Amino acid sequence: MKKSVFLGTLAATALLAGYASAATLDDVKARGELNCGVNTGLVGFAAPDANGNWQGFDVAICKAVAAAVLGDATKIKYVPTTSETRFTALASGEIDVLARNTTWTFSRDTDLAFTFTGVNYYDGQGFMVKKDLGVTSAKELDGATVCIQTGTTTELNLADFFKVNNMSYQPVAIQTNAEGEQQFLAGACDAYTTDASGLAATRAAFASPDDYIILPEIISKEPLGPLVRQGDDQWADINRWVLNALVAAEEYGVTSANVEELSKGTDNPEINRMLGNEGDLGAMIGLDKDWAKRAVSASGNYGEIFAATIGESTPIGLARGLNAQWTQGGLLYSPPFR
Amino acid sequence: MATFADTPKANFRLGMLIYDTRYRSVTIQIVVLFLFMAGAAWLLNNLFTNLAERGKDLSFSFLWYRAGYDINQTLIPYTNDDTHFRAMLVGLVNTLLVAFLGCVAATIIGVVVGVLRLSSNWLVARLMTIYVEIFRNVPVLLWILVTFAIFTEVTPQPRDFKVTDQMIAEGQEPAASMLLFDSVAITNRGTFIPKIVYSRSLGEIHLGFLPISIDTLLVLASIVFGVLVFRAIGNNATKVQEATGVRPVTWWKRLLALFGPLLIVLVALGFSLQRPTLGGFNFTGGVLVLNSFMALWIGLTLYTAAFIAEIVRAGILAISKGQTEAAYALGLRPGRTMNLVILPQALRVIIPPLISQYLNLTKNSSLAIAVSYMDLRGTLGGITLNQTGRELECMLLMMLIYLVLSLLISSGMNVYNNAVRLKER
Repeated sequence: MKKSVFLGTLAATALLAGYASAATLDDVKARGELNCGVNTGLVGFAAPDANGNWQGFDVAICKAVAAAVLGDATKIKYVPTTSETRFTALASGEIDVLARNTTWTFSRDTDLAFTFTGVNYYDGQGFMVKKDLGVTSAKELDGATVCIQTGTTTELNLADFFKVNNMSYQPVAIQTNAEGEQQFLAGACDAYTTDASGLAATRAAFASPDDYIILPEIISKEPLGPLVRQGDDQWADINRWVLNALVAAEEYGVTSANVEELSKGTDNPEINRMLGNEGDLGAMIGLDKDWAKRAVSASGNYGEIFAATIGESTPIGLARGLNAQWTQGGLLYSPPFR
Repeated sequence: MATFADTPKANFRLGMLIYDTRYRSVTIQIVVLFLFMAGAAWLLNNLFTNLAERGKDLSFSFLWYRAGYDINQTLIPYTNDDTHFRAMLVGLVNTLLVAFLGCVAATIIGVVVGVLRLSSNWLVARLMTIYVEIFRNVPVLLWILVTFAIFTEVTPQPRDFKVTDQMIAEGQEPAASMLLFDSVAITNRGTFIPKIVYSRSLGEIHLGFLPISIDTLLVLASIVFGVLVFRAIGNNATKVQEATGVRPVTWWKRLLALFGPLLIVLVALGFSLQRPTLGGFNFTGGVLVLNSFMALWIGLTLYTAAFIAEIVRAGILAISKGQTEAAYALGLRPGRTMNLVILPQALRVIIPPLISQYLNLTKNSSLAIAVSYMDLRGTLGGITLNQTGRELECMLLMMLIYLVLSLLISSGMNVYNNAVRLKER
């Protein structure tokens, strides 16, 4: 009995590993559904709304990819992943793309054998504390107990930050943002640290957000972006250019409202090429002509997505900052569609 | 006339391997063995092929890279500049600590509850039954989480201990205060207890990765010495009593023997207790006993103790009533009957299932991850695995360590089992 269970487990593992090597685009088309790895729940980035539909900034990436590849932005299976399980889920083939505020780092790109398809949010690590603690700078946190999501880059940045500033701290390793929220609110830790955008999103979900402040220090660079398995270049290209299309669409003024009209032809050849009115860029990545049009109409261009999910008019209230277009002094810069 | 033909010579035919009962069992075993080996080889081949296809190799060199993360409970020295290997050792020591303390506490509680469940006192016996049934029938993870919730939600935050000048002026009391002459602070992060410090410390010896404090060794030695002398005096008094019929007065000698050496050593080392004091965000000084550790320890202990109680009860019930009656006939009181007659015999029945409870407790300690206690699963199987991305290596290593740990406990207990089992002469 024991032996057979063991063999069964091994076989299942082996089969799962074998499954991962096929061409992802064909798999997704055959399945008719995109398996998209998202956060277990971070309001604004990826969280189910009151009706159980996933909404958010990262979810919009999933929708754009599904719309481009399958022609339907609803044909997505959302797989909630923790910071600990996300890479295993992607490596094993359980998900096709991971859009879960994940920092692009050297070792993840190379040693873990993933390919980052771009940056959808330029972020940095910050700290959140209770306002009545009287702390105004992260440099005053000597001796504090800090809640930190395990398996993240922030975990290592935290150790470095306290070391460089010659301060001590007590780490409390937590698994999900929800657990961190609960521990932080219960006062089990003095400070909660993660990406500043994540802090803003978490704070917005508190009962009384004004009792908490996010400290001004940003202690690291955290370029967050979607990623896929290394070795399937076509699938990586699709994901990269869907993201670029969203960014370029904002730059050229293509919105979900006017994309239908603009796709009939404009006097800007770049828009024409992108939306399939001129040439056939879609065929080069194994899709049809209208891929970018569908991607943009799924939830709008980058700017629309930002404004609707995490922008200044939402409870999360993030300013564009580094995430503005390069023409506006930000870092968003899509390579040309040619 | 009757001629007996020779028994026909057994000509071996291939079919006999299946149809002849003499060979059949061997045949089947060999076939199954080959199938098993082929299956294992296929799976291993599959594993290595897939690893190679994904450009991953099986390498343990990551163990020697800088870990870069911090751990909140380190019984052996560790900083984030140490290697992943050392982080693994820190986790292993944390696992061993909670497993050892859990086994000890579970055994004590289990034996007491098991014995009391057979008590003739109706109320006590029923209360113990309720304890056993409640703890045995709810998953241990829930007990750990419940204990953790109690520790973090009910206890005050360190800042509640703060006394400001304004509060003194207004005659306000702080929201929380320390216990036992301001030496113990129970907070929602952990319990701060006084730390033993020696002003004339003798330093440490480094045993590989493990520094051992000479002071602690000396103190332990003086306690052992004291106990030995204590017992020697007692034995001597018994001898005198048996020879003369009068027991000499020894209580002050024995007390002196027990505490004298210890006191001398402590004074010589300049012993003092360092109290935790509130500074900044947390208490500083003293020793922090983490709530996650307490929750894990108490959860595992109470859960496993319920099983041990049942094992003890079964062991006692397995001893025939005649033994009790014989002991009573000799004039032994119930307490001594239990300690001298019943329990020693019951141990033979109790030990084997007790071993598996110890193994269970040790393996269940990997539930530490639920309360962020940094055990082996938290360091090697958690942060190291995530930061290096070496899932297979970390899992294999972790399985190996738990296997070795379990085998060690099991063999240790087997030695004890052999010592107490029925000696047949």
